Amino acid sequence: MAQTKTRNLTFVQAINEGIRQELERDPNVIVMGVDVAGAAGKADQGFIDHFGGSFGMTKGLIQKFGPERILDTPIAENGFIGAGVGAAATGLRPLVDLMFAGFVGVAGDQIFNNAAKMHYMFGGKVKIPLTIQCQTSAGHGSAAQHSETLYALFTHMPGLKCVVPSDPYTAKGLEIAAIRDDDPVIIFQSITLMGMNFDVNVPEEPYTLPIGKARIVKEGTDVTLIGIGLTTQICLQAAKQLEKQGYSAEVVDLLSLSPLDEEAILESVRKTRKIVITDEDYPRCSVSSDISALVAEQAFDILDAPPVRVTAPHASVPYSPVLEEAYLISETKVLQAAMSLLE
Amino acid sequence: MATATTSSAITKDKLLWMYETMVLIRKFEEQARREQDSGRLRGTHSAIGQEAVPTGICAHLKDTDFVLGNHRSHHHCIAKGVDVNEMMAELLGKVTGTNRGKGGTMHIADITKGMLGANGVVGSNIPVATGVGLSAKTRKTDQVSVVFFGDGAAQQGSLHESINLAAIWKLPVIYVCENNRYAESTPFEYSVAGGSIANRAAGYGVPGVTVDGQNVLDMYEVGGEAVRRARAGEGPTLIEAQTYRYFGHYGADNPLGYRSKEEQDHYMSKDCIRQMRKHLTESKFATGAELDAIDKDCHTRIEAATKFGVDSPFPDLDELTTDVYIKYP
Repeated sequence: MAQTKTRNLTFVQAINEGIRQELERDPNVIVMGVDVAGAAGKADQGFIDHFGGSFGMTKGLIQKFGPERILDTPIAENGFIGAGVGAAATGLRPLVDLMFAGFVGVAGDQIFNNAAKMHYMFGGKVKIPLTIQCQTSAGHGSAAQHSETLYALFTHMPGLKCVVPSDPYTAKGLEIAAIRDDDPVIIFQSITLMGMNFDVNVPEEPYTLPIGKARIVKEGTDVTLIGIGLTTQICLQAAKQLEKQGYSAEVVDLLSLSPLDEEAILESVRKTRKIVITDEDYPRCSVSSDISALVAEQAFDILDAPPVRVTAPHASVPYSPVLEEAYLISETKVLQAAMSLLE
Repeated sequence: MATATTSSAITKDKLLWMYETMVLIRKFEEQARREQDSGRLRGTHSAIGQEAVPTGICAHLKDTDFVLGNHRSHHHCIAKGVDVNEMMAELLGKVTGTNRGKGGTMHIADITKGMLGANGVVGSNIPVATGVGLSAKTRKTDQVSVVFFGDGAAQQGSLHESINLAAIWKLPVIYVCENNRYAESTPFEYSVAGGSIANRAAGYGVPGVTVDGQNVLDMYEVGGEAVRRARAGEGPTLIEAQTYRYFGHYGADNPLGYRSKEEQDHYMSKDCIRQMRKHLTESKFATGAELDAIDKDCHTRIEAATKFGVDSPFPDLDELTTDVYIKYP
């Protein structure tokens, strides 16, 4: 990457660039979803690309690639995600936008029964190179149905890969990697990350990050903080505070939940002997409980103390700003969790 | 109701292919029932009685076209040209099966023949077939996507979502409802508001055709027009084929718990194979002896398929966790 030109992009701009570059590279890539352009069919009246996706991630693509490849769909998630499965099975490489992760409730049949299972149940003879992106995170006054992450639902399913970018650099690299992957991949995009400023350089050229690899975003020796997407940024903030108090925290950015980079987690824990797992998702049967089990089963003798988890409560996302604030993972909560292990 | 075509417009080869295909399906399904009774096979959804529906449609399709099925799909597979040896091996869970023994009766697929899979979730393949049509249109091929489903599936939202999509995008998809009058044991009359599935097509502005699914020549006629429309870029068609399953919903289900012997006798008197045999001999397209020879050949092929399936090995235990992903580090 040394000679590649880089710039500072927002999370949304980085994703948009990744999608555009894949559309340019491969004519079999298509984009589908509700308002991925907007004002469908009214270009001749001067209306085009009103939304460019609910968060602008596909803005500007319809002008370049046309309505044959940037397909505004009716609000029929089961129908159009199923169509993505069929298109993927027969030569296309569809990127389908589900919008909020909670909408999986209406498209679950196609994701869980078809996308995840067809390769296996057809004896490996059909491939489903489908990418589904969905948006996550509480904190925006959207209440219970538009704020979930639901990582665990998707990660639970054999046959699905799940990736969670944590900044613009990983957002572009994982977007391209997901589209090029021959298995179905779910990308979770935090709308909180979309509103943050990053001091991160994003290469202009297309690039991929390996699906299934975590990265160490800050090295440390006293405690491991596990971050997923948005919580990686929160862990980095908490690590700075810990530094001020004389503690060296290592921050592991998972990036991929399925496959899970177990070795990166275990290696860090072998070094620090303490682990805090942060996860915006619900606590039961979750990625955080899975990692807790992993270190308990495979690094029990090394641990100085039981793993600590910082997660959402076992409750739906509330509307009232006071309640929602209490619901969120915060720097303070992560800090407190770490201090409970360090002191 | 679409009316009977004259078979004079159809080549003798095609007529005999349709007869042979229906007989092969019947004999395959009879053998599957015997395997079930013997305990070697753990139950299937028998398609006996419904052979004419996919046969009349698939007579118009090429290997490069696609068929998607449902839980009762052996007849779709055979009509699309899937090898009966591999199908029987799959039913018996053998590694030589179409799906290496990992799918079984409800998931038979052979993409080399354009059979993109049976599907055990009712209504689940309808959106997938719509995406296959989208793929054909986007890649600018003349491929057609056909999905078969039952009257039960017609009550799923997936059908509404899919026909709407196919209609607005003018996709080459043919939605074939095999209305066999029962969703498991729930009668059509109880569960279908408005009394017709085909009539619902009018709401989407696409053709909806009701056809006698026990008459393969009627199916051929209706299928021909739907395939022509699809290839010409005119969009989808909804076909409601009125048919009847002779046996219960599944395995040992006794249908006399929800329908009368008289009703069964009425529908069985219109058996698709007997009707076609009568037509072929009375119209002098074939002699009884020629058709007997086809029957015998099909019988031999199913015997061979059974032997192939029984003699084939089960998968190695390694296969338990292979093909979950193409690549998973």
